[in-house]
Amino acid sequence: MNNRDRILLMDRSIPTRKAFNFPSSDVPKQKLPNKNILRKKISLPEISQLEIIRYFTNLSRLNFSIDSNFYPLGSCTMKYNPKINEEIASFSGFQNIHPLQDSKSTQGAIKLIKLLQEFLGEITGLKGVSLAPLAGAQGEYSGLLIARKFHSSNNNNKKNIAIIPDSAHGTNPASAAMAGFDVMTVKSDNSGNVDIEDLKKIINEKIAVFMITIPSTLGLFEPNILKITSMVHKYGGLVYADGANLNALLGLIKLNDLGVDICHSNLHKTFSTPHGGGGPGSGPVMVTEDLSDFLPSPIAKVNKASYELFTPNNSIGKINGFHGSFGILVRAYSYIKSLGSEGLKQVSKNAIINANYIQSQLKNEYSLYSDRYCMHETVLSASKQKNKAIKGLDIAKRLLDYGIHAPTMYFPQIVDEALMIEPTESESKETIDNFIETMKNINDEISNSPEIVKSSPHNLPVKRLDEAKAARNPILKR
Amino acid sequence: MSNHPYIPNTDKDINQMLSVIGVESFEKLISDLPKHLLFPKLNIGNGLTEPELYNHLNIISKENFNLDEYSLFLGAGSYKHYIPATVNSILQRGDFATAYTPYQPEAAQGTLQSGFEFQSLVSRLMGMEVTNAGMYDGPTAFAEACLMACRITKKNKIGLVNFFNPTIIEVLKSYIAYKEIEIIEIKEPKEKIPEDLACLCIQYPNFFGSIPNLDEFVNISKSSDCLSIVHTNPISLGFLKSPGEYGVDIVTAEGQPLGVPISYGGPYIGLFSCNQTHIRQMPGRIIGQTTDIDGKIAYTLTLQTREQHIRRERATSNICTSTQLIGLMVTIYLATLGPDGIKDVGNLCYQKSHYLANSLRNIKGVIIENKNEFFNEFVFSTPLRPSFLNEKLLQKKIIGGLDISNIINNGILICCTEMNTKQQIDSLVSSIQEILNDNE
Repeated sequence: MNNRDRILLMDRSIPTRKAFNFPSSDVPKQKLPNKNILRKKISLPEISQLEIIRYFTNLSRLNFSIDSNFYPLGSCTMKYNPKINEEIASFSGFQNIHPLQDSKSTQGAIKLIKLLQEFLGEITGLKGVSLAPLAGAQGEYSGLLIARKFHSSNNNNKKNIAIIPDSAHGTNPASAAMAGFDVMTVKSDNSGNVDIEDLKKIINEKIAVFMITIPSTLGLFEPNILKITSMVHKYGGLVYADGANLNALLGLIKLNDLGVDICHSNLHKTFSTPHGGGGPGSGPVMVTEDLSDFLPSPIAKVNKASYELFTPNNSIGKINGFHGSFGILVRAYSYIKSLGSEGLKQVSKNAIINANYIQSQLKNEYSLYSDRYCMHETVLSASKQKNKAIKGLDIAKRLLDYGIHAPTMYFPQIVDEALMIEPTESESKETIDNFIETMKNINDEISNSPEIVKSSPHNLPVKRLDEAKAARNPILKR
Repeated sequence: MSNHPYIPNTDKDINQMLSVIGVESFEKLISDLPKHLLFPKLNIGNGLTEPELYNHLNIISKENFNLDEYSLFLGAGSYKHYIPATVNSILQRGDFATAYTPYQPEAAQGTLQSGFEFQSLVSRLMGMEVTNAGMYDGPTAFAEACLMACRITKKNKIGLVNFFNPTIIEVLKSYIAYKEIEIIEIKEPKEKIPEDLACLCIQYPNFFGSIPNLDEFVNISKSSDCLSIVHTNPISLGFLKSPGEYGVDIVTAEGQPLGVPISYGGPYIGLFSCNQTHIRQMPGRIIGQTTDIDGKIAYTLTLQTREQHIRRERATSNICTSTQLIGLMVTIYLATLGPDGIKDVGNLCYQKSHYLANSLRNIKGVIIENKNEFFNEFVFSTPLRPSFLNEKLLQKKIIGGLDISNIINNGILICCTEMNTKQQIDSLVSSIQEILNDNE
């Protein structure tokens, strides 16, 4: 890396340099409004076109990405993002349509929405589908509003409790709080399952919704799932499945068959749309047919051979400006269509085999929270390494030196020094073998030369950052 | 069986791996799943090869009208502007597109530094002190701003000054459902403002394209002792004074006009700016500058104690995404246009929409409904029903404005951007004239 790469745009600015010119106006000059309301000065960078391209190209090289690195970031499903999907999403017929055009002129777009609704309904068994939510957290929030509206439409306004396992992702309680629920936490037992005895103590007629991630954030399938969902139903509650880990279940089991009433799916995880460095995502919400009248707007349907968008009668309303993240929906549809029924099953099968292969090879060097076969991801603990004054964080940083992105660290919070590893089905055995060998090497380094690990990374554009300083004295712009 | 191109494991790999794991079959690994429910029938059809996929989706995309053959005068929250080639060229780099949220800052300086640039350039455009790394879209950013104002002031009334895009109000309603928060519609800012407002909000330019008086608005907010929130169209801010110059507390916007394709409504990005005093109540990701242990300048996600992964049910919001890749488009767009470009595009929008309005004024029966100055959008009405008029225009390969006859009698909200040529505008005007003549 050249140090010039880190110079910010404003510090490169030279008056009158240009990267772009607009043509002059082709209409007769119009009278301007009172100059009091007009902008006098705006300070933006003045840079040549080449310099812009070179600056951002060089910045991009400072990133790890799926295209360049193995990226086993647990619960994020960093699988290959097929290139053909990018090409398809940029078709003029998809990119160049206005969201408020008459449906007559956008039949292809609405048809695609309808077909993707059907696919996601088929995969989860939950046939009421809205593709509107713009991210997993928005899908969650929509699902919880649906639960609220369902209970209040049955005059069950006392149902105001959301029960959530302690292993859940932080968005679950955050979304439940946004939807106005009182959040109660149920413990996990020693093998990583929901502690049924604890659940029995907590649950009562006030339960509105039970939120559970399937498989759990520990990468484990809840063996008591049918018992749990029927218990929730007995108390008149609904079961919400966080579909963040759906990559483990494609074609293996349908969420609805497990007693799930509502779920969301992150298209940027299971269905391969690019994560984009932190979005755009998409988080469709799926519900049983009984609940489909509450779905967020809009839903696509066919009416006399023509496609149209509509708002269900008891809809929770609009949760964003238009029809969802359409460009992302195109990519997800294209992905599912490429794999077909059999391909989808192979996705989950290979994701599970890859994760178990890693787990079986590393469980001597690192500890397991629970010595069971995992699903699509395995949660290792660096608790043994802790005795040598090495933290999970140090191992994560050292992996970066070997060109491998770090696993998810310190999550789930119930696991000491957690390292959550999700290889996905995209990776070859050779890549995974290299990862296993690297993890073993790092464990050797911890015994032989711990300083190397503690002071890592050594081979990256920057060393460890002073994060406290960033928060204490926030510098948020130039 | 032959491998799918996205799944590299061969049968031989799978057998080897299963034997290392110590199981004789894959089914052993999933023994926790209820057996009677395993392997349900999945009605998705056969997979397609890449050429088949291309054709299949190409056909679907062509079932939409091709806008290259139409002229577009529709806006109302989504605007077709020219996107410089620099934007898509950088966007195609997998190093940006296929990375994730920068949890490991040492391995994500590209995402982080360009996100810092986003915060810098958007703050400059808005005239505000701080901008977060991005929200989902304009309406959700606005709803989150209202919630933030309620948190800061510990009050629960949101005052909306007319006229907001009805969709923005609908989204706000979804965001405050089941909270003890009330929306109060305020027709004129001069009218008596209720006490106890958390915030007073205005759209600038408003839904009908008119430019409200922000001086007056900010004064009233201040004297009512509540926060001021402005929801703006960012492409207007090279032309119009920025909300920051008026002393507004929180500014939100739909970022789409800044280099993002209309793409049937998404993915877009919400812009969210405020002043430094309120940053700890801000929703969303924030990128900050710091140094590494050698003192080298570096960037990282910061102020994370506000966020859901730490604070769980007490977080400022449940949002995790910053719509980073769309933010990158906005950043490259602003860097490419520079100060002159952003002024020019605003001026072109103004010139063309006013040329259209002044041409329409000459047609008998056409009324321009805006009483105040407008920017790139305005409302006109004719004796004809908008749906009928638009239908006739469509036959002439013109996509007319938005039918708002539910709000203004026979009203159409119409928009011009720099993309509309004089020829397109003249042809729209003569078509409307013709249709009116034919249906007198």
